[in-house]
Amino acid sequence: MNARDPETGKLPPLLLLHPEDNILVARRDIAAGERIEIDGETLTIPAPVELGHKLARRALAIDTRVLKYGAPIGSMKTAVARGEHVHLHNLRSDYIPSITRDGPEH
Amino acid sequence: MNAPVMQGFPRKDGRKGIRNVVAVAYLVECAHHVSRLIVQKSGFDDVHLIGFPGCYPNKYALEMMKRLCTHPNVGAVLLVSLGCESFNREELRRTVAASGRPVDLLVIQQSGGTTRTLNAGLDIVKKMRAQLAQQTTVPMALNELVVGTVCGGSDGTSGITANPAVGRCFDWLIENDAACIFEETGELIGCERIMASRAITPELGREIEACVDKAANYYRIMGYGSFAPGNAEGGLTTLEEKSMGAYSKSGSSKISGLIKPGDVPPRGGLYLLDVVPDGEPRFGFPNISDNAEIVELIACGSHLILFTTGRGSVVGSAISPVIKVCANPDTYERMADDMDVNAGRILHGAELDDVGREIYQLVQSVAAGSPTKSEALGHQEFILTYKQFEPIGPACLPAA
Repeated sequence: MNARDPETGKLPPLLLLHPEDNILVARRDIAAGERIEIDGETLTIPAPVELGHKLARRALAIDTRVLKYGAPIGSMKTAVARGEHVHLHNLRSDYIPSITRDGPEH
Repeated sequence: MNAPVMQGFPRKDGRKGIRNVVAVAYLVECAHHVSRLIVQKSGFDDVHLIGFPGCYPNKYALEMMKRLCTHPNVGAVLLVSLGCESFNREELRRTVAASGRPVDLLVIQQSGGTTRTLNAGLDIVKKMRAQLAQQTTVPMALNELVVGTVCGGSDGTSGITANPAVGRCFDWLIENDAACIFEETGELIGCERIMASRAITPELGREIEACVDKAANYYRIMGYGSFAPGNAEGGLTTLEEKSMGAYSKSGSSKISGLIKPGDVPPRGGLYLLDVVPDGEPRFGFPNISDNAEIVELIACGSHLILFTTGRGSVVGSAISPVIKVCANPDTYERMADDMDVNAGRILHGAELDDVGREIYQLVQSVAAGSPTKSEALGHQEFILTYKQFEPIGPACLPAA
């Protein structure tokens, strides 16, 4: 998933950091509606995803432990489909709630 | 690769400095402005402002000021006191004098106010600089170097580009017997078991797990983890996600010891700095901003600091140069004037090892005297606040 496209020479827009990960990281800003391949399936990205943000590699059920770098980084608060943005609105810390300028997330 | 030859200013304690600065240190906030005037009006980049603002005594602050005023990059020290504060100025002066450095003390209430103290301070700084200009350097090897690393303004790129690149640099420095320090145990929550498995003894591993537990407990009581809104805007969602990214700055070497602020690594190797105070929270958050962490790394003897940033930080520091490693290629485009290394190019296909090697080379050229971006821009941020620590336990620094 991290090798250049043999035809276009382009780097893929999503990074897989560890084979066991269930999320992918945006290598660049991705626009809503872009067609992107994830594990052999080409799908339409539903909402814009900025550089450094995460997308679901596969459908994730509520309470699924999310793996990045092969390590747990929290649990899903809601279920998401493959290709959806994974962030504060659907992922929570298993340690200490994250804070935004509006206060702690729960 | 032909590294530049490092030259150091030899100090009485055997360490060597890569800079030779005059530190002007205020001993209470009431002496801050006069001290700042002395630094500004001296007109020299190598006169740095440090200090402690509190009027109440604090053992940690006194120890930190002793470590900072006798740091190898410091050649001479001017202490500025108001006169009535509780800071033990005579003990600090004795410590600096015993280190073989020129030291002087001005007490504003005795020297007659702002203008007289300023003029006296400018005279003293001028004489100190003339003395320092007579000092000669000697060759310095990598095994005499202490390098600290810190991240600030992390985002979703930090753990993929800049942090692992610094980790590679750390591995190569440690192969050459340099001492490398990584920190913020509160930003390593979630990594405790992996870190413990890298300790050189099982007892040290248990100390590492315990210090991360302490950090998690401390932040839980405070009600906030070390997670800023900008981290989330940059794609990080949870504290443990930020931790995993921060952790990769440590590279892959064995962990040789667990130290606390002011403890100088006894030999080369990788050290974890425990920055979270001991006991119940008393004086607030462990480190209120990135520069508080940098000051503690410097108090542990760091000659220079590798600062990784995704969102984009501009800070430098008094005493030790800060090398800015930018993780995010878009941030680099916006803030290139402040960044020493563009690690974000890894996302555009560059090799991690090549960026790591660039950082490794830059460490040596900065140690040889080249100014970093933040140094050239005059960044000399400094902050020191109240804390409390117990000494480290016997298992924290196993014999080599």
